[in-house]
Amino acid sequence: MAFLNALPGAIAEGLIWGLMAIGVYLSFKILDIADLTVDGSICTGGCVCAVLIAGGVPAWLSVILAFIAGALAGTITGLFHTALGIPSILAGILTQLMLYSINLAILGGRSLLPIDARSNKLVLNMIDNTHAIIVAIGIIALMIIILWKFFYTEIGLTLKSTGDNPDMSRAQGVNVSLNKVIGLAISNGIVAISGALYSQYKGSVSINDGRGAIVIGLAAIFIGLSVSLKIKPNFVVSLIGVTCGSVVYYTVYNFVMLLGRKTDYLKMLSAIIVAIFLAVPYIKGEYFTKHKPLPIQKDAGGEGNA
Amino acid sequence: MLKITNLQKTFNPGTINAKTALCGLDLHLKDGDFVTVIGGNGAGKSTLLNAIAGVWKPDYGTIEIDGVDVTAMPEFKRAKFLGRVFQDPMKGTAPDMEIAENLSIAARRGTKRKLIRGIKKNERQQYRELLASLELGLESRLSSKVGLLSGGQRQAVTLLMATLQRPKLLLLDEHTAALDPKTAEKVLALTDKIVSENKLTTLMITHNMRDAIKHGNRLIMMHEGRIIIDIEGEEKKKLTVEDLLGMFTKESGKEFANDRTMLS
Repeated sequence: MAFLNALPGAIAEGLIWGLMAIGVYLSFKILDIADLTVDGSICTGGCVCAVLIAGGVPAWLSVILAFIAGALAGTITGLFHTALGIPSILAGILTQLMLYSINLAILGGRSLLPIDARSNKLVLNMIDNTHAIIVAIGIIALMIIILWKFFYTEIGLTLKSTGDNPDMSRAQGVNVSLNKVIGLAISNGIVAISGALYSQYKGSVSINDGRGAIVIGLAAIFIGLSVSLKIKPNFVVSLIGVTCGSVVYYTVYNFVMLLGRKTDYLKMLSAIIVAIFLAVPYIKGEYFTKHKPLPIQKDAGGEGNA
Repeated sequence: MLKITNLQKTFNPGTINAKTALCGLDLHLKDGDFVTVIGGNGAGKSTLLNAIAGVWKPDYGTIEIDGVDVTAMPEFKRAKFLGRVFQDPMKGTAPDMEIAENLSIAARRGTKRKLIRGIKKNERQQYRELLASLELGLESRLSSKVGLLSGGQRQAVTLLMATLQRPKLLLLDEHTAALDPKTAEKVLALTDKIVSENKLTTLMITHNMRDAIKHGNRLIMMHEGRIIIDIEGEEKKKLTVEDLLGMFTKESGKEFANDRTMLS
C-alpha cells in the first residue's frame, strides 16, 4: 500500500529524470561521446532556475534560460574537445569541475536554495503529483517531437553521421568538430531543463544535486533500449524507451527505499546496474559463444559460395 | 584539374621514427584523366591521396584543384571538390543510418546544409533508380541500415555517394583491396562505368598491376615518395606487367616489393 502511495511521486521523478536521460542519449548514443559534463550541467539548470524564480522571473521562462545555461556548459566541453584536442571524457570532467564553482557562484555562495511552491507559480511541484506527471509528459512529448523533426533535417542527419562515422562525414563535407559542439550543447541544454524541473519539483536546489546523474542516465538508456530496440529500432521509439527506462529505474529505486534498505547503497546499485548492462554484450561474446563445427558436407566440391 | 607542386611530408620529424613519405612530388592531372597509381610498400601512394584529401597538411608544396589552392583548406571544406572511396568498406558509409540517409548526406556535399527536411520526397525515387543501376538489388532496401550490407555492396554505395554530387576529382584508395576477387571485379567495372559516364578526373590506387594497366588512360608508379614512372595514352595500352617490373628495376635499382601486389 505504501508503495502504491509512493508510485505517483516515483513516476513524476522518473519522467523528469527521463528528460535528462534523453539528453545523455544524444551524447552517448548519437554522438558516441561519454559526456561527463552532465553531472554538473543538471545542477547548473537547477541553480539558474532557482535563482531566477527567487528573483521574480516566471518559472517557465527560467526553465528556458536554464536550457541556455546548460547549452553553454556543453559548448565549453565541446570546445575543449574539438578546438583544444582534449579527449572527450577528460573535457567533460574538466567542465564538470568548473561547473561546481560556477554553480556555487550562481547560488551566491550558498549550498542550498529553497523554491517556495506556494508563493511562486511553478511549472510543476511535488504537492500535486498528477499535475506534475501530466506536465512532465507534455514537456517530454514536445521535446521528442522537436528532436525527431530536427534529427531528420539536413543538419540533423549530419549530426547523426558525425557520431556514426566521422571519416565518412568529413569526406562528405560535414564539419565534424562544429557538429560535436552543437550536439553537446543541445544535450546539456536538455539535461539542464531536467535539472530546472527537478529543482521546482522538490522545491529546492542543492550544490550536490546531480552527482552521479550520468550513471542514472545510462542506466535509464540501457533499461529502456533493451526493450524498445526489440519493438522498433528507430529514433522516436528509442527516446520513448529511454524515458520509460528512467521511470522504471525510479520505481525500483522507490521500492528499495520503502523496503527500508539503507539508501546509502543506492549509488552503488546504480553503478552496478550500468556495469552489468555494459558488460553483458562482452561476456556473451567472450564466454558464451560456443564453437560450432561446420556441418559435414555430403557431396564435397561443386560451386563454392565464398 | 589537379596540380601538385613540390609536395613534401615527413611523419614524426626529428625522431628516430621519422619517415619521409613524400619528397618533392610533382603531379599534373588534365581534365578527364583517369590515372592509376601503383607502387611498393611505403611508396607514398596513400599519403599522396590523403594529402590531396586534406587529412593532414603537407610540410611544403602546394595542391591546386581546378585552379583553387586548397593546401591550407580543412578536410571538410575540400570535400566539395572531391569524391572519395576508402580501402576499408566500413569507412565510407554510416552503418547505423539508412541507405537513403547516407545518399542524402552525400547529395548535399559542398552545399550549405539547412534546417529543412533531410530527404525530399522525389529524392527517394531518384535514389531508387541510381541503386537499381548498381544491379545489386539495393533499390528495394532504401530504408535498410547500411551496416546490414556486405563489403562489396557498401563499396558500391560509397562509390555512388562519391559521385552523386559530381566531384572535380575522384580519389579511389585501393577501394577493391578488401573485397573477394569476384566482387572486386564487379566494383571495378562499376567504377569504369561511372567514371566514363560522368567523364570524371580520377586518381585510383591499386595493388593489382593488371588492373592498373587495364583501367584508365595514364599510369604512374611511385617509389620512396616520388613518381618514377609516368606513362599515358597509346604507350600505356601496349604495356605488360613484365614491362612494368623491368622499368621499376631500372628506375629504382631494386626488385619490386609489395606483399599485396598481384603481378598477374
